Amino acid sequence: MPHREASSSLSGILLAPLRGAMAIVDIPMRWVQRRLGTGGVAAAFLAPNMLIFGVFVLFPMFLNVLYSFTGGGALYLDSRVFVGTEQYETLFECRDYLDPASCREDRFWRAARNTAFFVVVQVALLVAASLVTALVLNRKMRARAFWRAVFFFPVLLSPVVVALIWKWILQRNGLLNAMLSEAGIEPVLWLVDRNWAMFWAIFVAIWAHLGFYTLILLAGLQAIPAVLYEAAQMDGTPRWRVFTRITLPLLWPSLIVVILLALIRAVQVFDEVFVLTGGGPGSATLFLVQYIYETGLAQQARNLGLAAAASILMAAVLIVLTLVQLSSSGWRERKEKR
Amino acid sequence: MTGVLAFITRRRGGAGWHFTDVLAWIWLLTGLVLMFGPVVWLGLSSFKTRAALSEFPPTLLPYQTRMVEVAGFDEPLPLYRVRAEDGTERLMVQIRRIGSMAQMADPETPGETVRVPLQARDPVRELQLATENYTEPFERLDFLRFFYNSVFVTVVATAITLLVNSMAAFALSKYEFKGRTAVLALILATLMVPLSVIIVPLFSVINGLNLFNSLWGVILPTVATPTGVFLLRQYMLTIPDELLEAARMDHASEWKIYWRIVLPLAMPAVAVLAIFSVMWRWNDFLWPLIVLSDRELYTIQVGLNSFQGELNVQWHYVLAMTVVSMLPVVAIFAFLQRFITTGIASTGIK
Repeated sequence: MPHREASSSLSGILLAPLRGAMAIVDIPMRWVQRRLGTGGVAAAFLAPNMLIFGVFVLFPMFLNVLYSFTGGGALYLDSRVFVGTEQYETLFECRDYLDPASCREDRFWRAARNTAFFVVVQVALLVAASLVTALVLNRKMRARAFWRAVFFFPVLLSPVVVALIWKWILQRNGLLNAMLSEAGIEPVLWLVDRNWAMFWAIFVAIWAHLGFYTLILLAGLQAIPAVLYEAAQMDGTPRWRVFTRITLPLLWPSLIVVILLALIRAVQVFDEVFVLTGGGPGSATLFLVQYIYETGLAQQARNLGLAAAASILMAAVLIVLTLVQLSSSGWRERKEKR
Repeated sequence: MTGVLAFITRRRGGAGWHFTDVLAWIWLLTGLVLMFGPVVWLGLSSFKTRAALSEFPPTLLPYQTRMVEVAGFDEPLPLYRVRAEDGTERLMVQIRRIGSMAQMADPETPGETVRVPLQARDPVRELQLATENYTEPFERLDFLRFFYNSVFVTVVATAITLLVNSMAAFALSKYEFKGRTAVLALILATLMVPLSVIIVPLFSVINGLNLFNSLWGVILPTVATPTGVFLLRQYMLTIPDELLEAARMDHASEWKIYWRIVLPLAMPAVAVLAIFSVMWRWNDFLWPLIVLSDRELYTIQVGLNSFQGELNVQWHYVLAMTVVSMLPVVAIFAFLQRFITTGIASTGIK
């Protein structure tokens, strides 16, 4: 493993103050071991994780379904009214599904339409850009680590920081308008225009995540045996054909993983766009998570049932995508390693 | 000249330039400008005064008007270069502005004032860093509080994550017991349901447990990460069982085997999880935004958002504090980049 030398110092720092606590935990654990045997020990090791997991993940998942069938303004389930599928009917009450204005819950449909558009465009551009970047970084070059870092570092920035960086550049007196006015072009109110706001939401999301997908694709590219390229070179195969016949087919598993991860992440878009545009102007960049957050929690008259129903619909999309991802080659590979 | 050009474009192995080489360099250089440019601009802007930030077009570097102490005035006065009608230039301080005229005086003789039209004077500017952008939010605003809250959440959540995830991973990799597959499947299933789709019921659970508006309400829902359990389990599976058997021969308790043998050996994976957990918790936004309602409890991310959401955005503070909030992450990146990149490349988690 390449992590060896750093691990010894890290373990020293992490473990030293823990020694005492660990020795104390040993006493009840020995008791469990004596009384309940190996099965009891396994359960004891699993217990803390599964307890937190159950209370804060599994139980809410289950609750979510129940909430989506209730109405009223009460926060706790026991004082809420059972309304059957009314919340879902409200969400789907539309005269024309292509026109959000004709729907009873028009903001949901606007959010759904925006999210669908965002997912398709952002993922397509993001995957294309990551592929090009990975191909460029995979070439014989000097200072590859530097160039990789250039494309990678925004991945580590928080969504809030990413949004603020770009908001500062895109504001009325910002850098971009200054550069345009140098070139004799009138300043544009980038985040006030509906189409530009969506453009920048997509652009900023690509900017922030490009490095992550590039890294996965780069690992995929570097796993392709060099022998294949040498053989192709000896045969005088043109570069384009090398790309379509060797690189692309062998990179396909990584590409599938990247596409699915990007899809799953894009459906949940919230943080960057919420700070950058607040969902505006109007509802031009309103996405599903923001709709759920505002409907269920942020508004004065919060509608938990409606928000829960909307999040069940979103979860359904995510579950399908994740199942496809897990059954795809990336998962099988990892399973074989086990 | 052609010799120089040939020297610059000469390549190893004597091969010439292919058009893809040119495209690759264009891509790299565009990337350099697009990726680094905004962050450099943030850094430069964060050292400008409030007045300099509202200038259009903006200057590249942080300039300030030079201020001069003048006898008889409490505050330092701004220094200007004044053009007289005969073409000579003088350095004068501005005492006050009256409409389109400015009342100005020589710094040596502040008693003799003259009136100068605004367009006949230019400020004397010098490169100066407005470090008060960085110090004032910590003194006057709640920023120290936000910083402390973020550090607390990050450290405590990471510690709990490492402990409970590694214990669960140990049980799932080193014991055969009934229901192991079921537990694994259960954890796997929750990979599909991210926090953003359970915010409504989770909000009521947090309220029911009296954790609303508390940092523990931010920490607890995030600590039992399924990715962490899987990452550590995969790694622990590679640790040979013979080591555990040998320890059992020596009457080591199971707990001792966990923390004296398996955990130290799994340190590389634990380190990767620790780095990721720190980044996740430091950067979390949606859940802290929902749970925390008192300003004293805001984390940095929520605090930054509240600053920029104000009607009159104090950009000079927002930019400086954005830089501060980036520092821990930049430090992690600088020292541990290798861990992060190998971690992502081998597991596909982020």
